[in-house]
Amino acid sequence: MEFSQQLLQQLINGISLGSIYALIALGYTMIYGIIKLINFAHGDIYMVGAYIGFFAITQANLSILPALLISMVVTGLLGMLVEKLAYKPLRHAPRISILITAIGVSFFLEYATMYFVSPTPRTFPEVIDNVAFHVGDLVINGQQLLILGITVVLMIILTYIVQKTKLGKAMRAASFDTETAQLMGVNADQVISFTFIIGSALAAVAGVLVGVYYNSIDPLMGIMPGLKAFVAAVLGGIGILPGAVVGGLVLGVIEALVSGFISSTFRDAAAFAILILVLLFKPSGLFGKNTNEKV
Amino acid sequence: MGTMLKIDNINVYYGAIHAIKGISLEVHEGEIVTLIGANGAGKSTTLRTISGLLKPKSGKITFLGKDIAGKPAHEIVREGISQVPEGRRIFAEMSVLENLELGAFIRNDADGIKEDMEMVFRRFPRLEERKDQQAGTLSGGEQQMLAMGRALMSRPKLLLLDEPSMGLAPLLIREIFSIIEDINKTGTTILLVEQNANMALSIADRAYVLETGRITLSGDAGKLAASEDVRKAYLGG
Repeated sequence: MEFSQQLLQQLINGISLGSIYALIALGYTMIYGIIKLINFAHGDIYMVGAYIGFFAITQANLSILPALLISMVVTGLLGMLVEKLAYKPLRHAPRISILITAIGVSFFLEYATMYFVSPTPRTFPEVIDNVAFHVGDLVINGQQLLILGITVVLMIILTYIVQKTKLGKAMRAASFDTETAQLMGVNADQVISFTFIIGSALAAVAGVLVGVYYNSIDPLMGIMPGLKAFVAAVLGGIGILPGAVVGGLVLGVIEALVSGFISSTFRDAAAFAILILVLLFKPSGLFGKNTNEKV
Repeated sequence: MGTMLKIDNINVYYGAIHAIKGISLEVHEGEIVTLIGANGAGKSTTLRTISGLLKPKSGKITFLGKDIAGKPAHEIVREGISQVPEGRRIFAEMSVLENLELGAFIRNDADGIKEDMEMVFRRFPRLEERKDQQAGTLSGGEQQMLAMGRALMSRPKLLLLDEPSMGLAPLLIREIFSIIEDINKTGTTILLVEQNANMALSIADRAYVLETGRITLSGDAGKLAASEDVRKAYLGG
């Protein structure tokens, strides 16, 4: 009883953490899908999102939902701007150039943020009442419910956009075959901008939610979750949207189990061990498949 | 019949490679014109340049009196030029229906799109049977039909076809070519690129022969089919 209860508790914690990874991993995977770039600055976009949410709450006295919306809009535009200024000029350059540029953008965002807001961690204000729900002996707190609720709503909206809207279809077509999508009249630049906006807005939500969950944000907070979300995206199959979600959740749960049953010092090691295992045994990821082209 | 497409002395490069060396050609309204030649002669490059996927270094491309050379591909389809690319290039991970919807991406007239969708299904009944299937699961011939249907969904004035016979069985090739003739009869002008010169010349009004980036022969398709040079080089004696 003791064991199964602890297991369930860790599952709850893992799913909350996993939702955060999933939100960040979605941006990684969408951006990879459309321009085949591992956007190493994505974790820092998430960090900027957290700060924008922080200032919206502390300076403008907004409550959590409007702060989330503002952070999504501003961070989305930042993501678009990064693509236009840093990546677009390199569209036809070798892939290594754009990858190195992404690392440069990552440092730029980290240290520019440090310059403006100081490297000192900030305490994220308490935006929802500190309630805890007891189900039997299990504890689910308000933050976890908020994370879960918002993640589910965003997934539903994202699925609708990608599956049903014209823009979503254009996105899928362009990430499958950009050139042929252009022959259909799809403006690739617009679709790429749109992908960066959506991916960055999702990362912003993750940033704000992490602030709410852990109460603390700092300019380098994006490094580790950025890498973890990258692992999640690879685990699910890079470029595949449901893969990013499942990969994020699986990673979050494994980390929680490792912290709960072994030691929290091993949780990062567990995440990267997963990356190594996936790359060794199924590089295309859980949802990856080899598509055969018929001639 | 007026001139629909006029290519005037274009030069196209792939990096340092001079792929198209001063080609000029014309397509008149209502015609089927074919561009034949060996592998690597520059046939696909010519179509890709018309569609805006490649930019000519020099020369003019005029479509319905408008200079379109160097315009991006997504704008050229709005002018009324649609391409069925080499190798079909269908969106394999999307459904047949979604492929056709993407063909109509530039349009906003829901009723007209629905009408054209029905037209495509009348022309290719097998696509209707499989409309919810993933396009990648279709056979080669069905994929060719889907690629053609998709191109028709933009209601093009000029349809560019790149090697529609590629990889298909002879019986299917005949079916595809009779559909091409049919599409032409209902008012769509066609520029057809083919390695299968026999088939292409049999349905075309006029033809151009392309050799290593230059046009070496041109004229009435029937006359070219009968000419000794063409027979030797492209029709197997």
